[in-house]
Amino acid sequence: MTSRPRWWKTALGVFFTALMLFPVYWMVNVSFTKTKNMRADPPHWFPWDATTEGYQAVFHQQMPALATSLLIGFGSVALTLVISAPAGYALAKLRLRGTGSLNFILLVAQMIPAVVMAMGFYAIYLRLGWLNTIVGLIVADSTVAVPFGVLLFTAFMSGIPEELIQAAKIDGANTWRTFRSVILPVSRNSIVTVSLFAFLWAWSDFVFASTLDRNGTMIPITLGIYKYIGSNTTQWNSIMAAAVVASVPAAVLLVVAQRYVAAGVTAGAIKE
Amino acid sequence: MAFAAPLIVYLVAFYAFPLYRNIELSVHDYTIRAFVQGNAKFVGLSNYADVITSQTFLPALRNTALFTAVSIAFQYTIGLGLAVFFRNNFRLSGVLRGMFLIPWLLPLIVSASTWSWMLNSDSGIVNSVLQAFGIGQINWLTSPGMALVSVIIANIWLGIPFNLVILYSGLQNISPDIYEAASLDGASGWKRFWHITFPLLRPVSAITLLLGLIYTLKVVDVIWIMTTGGPGDVSTTLAVWSYREAFGTGQPAFSPASAVGNLLILIALAFGVLYLYVQRRQETS
Repeated sequence: MTSRPRWWKTALGVFFTALMLFPVYWMVNVSFTKTKNMRADPPHWFPWDATTEGYQAVFHQQMPALATSLLIGFGSVALTLVISAPAGYALAKLRLRGTGSLNFILLVAQMIPAVVMAMGFYAIYLRLGWLNTIVGLIVADSTVAVPFGVLLFTAFMSGIPEELIQAAKIDGANTWRTFRSVILPVSRNSIVTVSLFAFLWAWSDFVFASTLDRNGTMIPITLGIYKYIGSNTTQWNSIMAAAVVASVPAAVLLVVAQRYVAAGVTAGAIKE
Repeated sequence: MAFAAPLIVYLVAFYAFPLYRNIELSVHDYTIRAFVQGNAKFVGLSNYADVITSQTFLPALRNTALFTAVSIAFQYTIGLGLAVFFRNNFRLSGVLRGMFLIPWLLPLIVSASTWSWMLNSDSGIVNSVLQAFGIGQINWLTSPGMALVSVIIANIWLGIPFNLVILYSGLQNISPDIYEAASLDGASGWKRFWHITFPLLRPVSAITLLLGLIYTLKVVDVIWIMTTGGPGDVSTTLAVWSYREAFGTGQPAFSPASAVGNLLILIALAFGVLYLYVQRRQETS
């Protein structure tokens, strides 16, 4: 098998990848296109006559939205970790009663459509006065990541050798101390994976933002783009420039953390 | 116990309570005013009856079935084909496989708005290419015949990376020895796929399809951003319908919207139970 030349497989692979990523390329290309060339026929395949007017518009108008999204992203990561890491430890190692049913509930929780959660949250937030607030969005966004986080932490922490925990106990550490100084450090990979996904989901969220933060003064970038599309259908270069900027965290995630993500996704295949 | 307590409190406060509120919405007649004053009238299951007899129900159910079934069929087939292809470790295969993840990681609003512009009737790149081949202009997003097709195409594109990742990791768990034995017996590539890869991959395939199904049933963003479910109702699925009733118009109708949402949960649960049932039966046999 090895004797057959393999360059054609690489060529085919490059072709498939190019086909798949064409929309991404097109987004970047359009983001650099001048407004007057936007409706050229045929469209410009390459941004030869490039302009940064789209990006300038984004940095003038969307900076607050980007900051809001960052804030929501980090808030959601923090909340997700605080809830799911100890719970994962409890489910994996502390032999709780009702572990099986808790796992089942977490699986079912992932089946609930976001739109249903959005209506429930809307009704609750209306009473609480949490509509159009950052805290409200952080809580709502974290509901996507918490079940995933718990299942991933449980899966990973079940694999931590019992001897390690016993050794800590013999040294006189209580459960909390063991968790903090032994379990958390060895779980670094899962912490990174859960954080990355929690951030990405919060950053990408559209349904919660468009329902719970409709009239807010601080809107996330996804809603910023959506309002862009609604208000000016001629400035597609600005819309696509905003889309490119909104994709940056995804790109960072892909480059920096591919090994974490690959490992995390297979362990936590439960999600999406 | 103290370690699981935050989770339990969280699940009760932020899952059970919203769900409970949602069920409560669906059995009352909530108007905007009743919402604020909190004195909505109890109407039993009449919201459900209204929803099921509504003109939109059957088209939405049909669109949901089509959107889900066609999306999953293509995502799975293409994902599996690519997974098998990438299993040959050729030069750059790792890098290219990594790049395939990009569509999955992009915010949905980004992908959906990019597809909207690509499928634009007058200035979209897709029509421009089709015209070069002598095919006339297609109104992808605005004609009744094509709107559902358009959102399905975009959704297939979105789902391929996930199918590829899961199926690829499933392939990694099939021992190479089996293939070696098969090729010694003279089995061709196609035969090896049908008689070894496909059967051994069955558990992974099942979970991939189930997750794809649950995920696709819930999709709102892609459809809403590209077509808002229109024109008319031709690309309205149950999830989009629910979203539109509650948040999509100036007149929020939470009660019917939550009834639709709860029906959607029942459908997802039914498939989940079916999956567990089939899995049990295979384990015992």
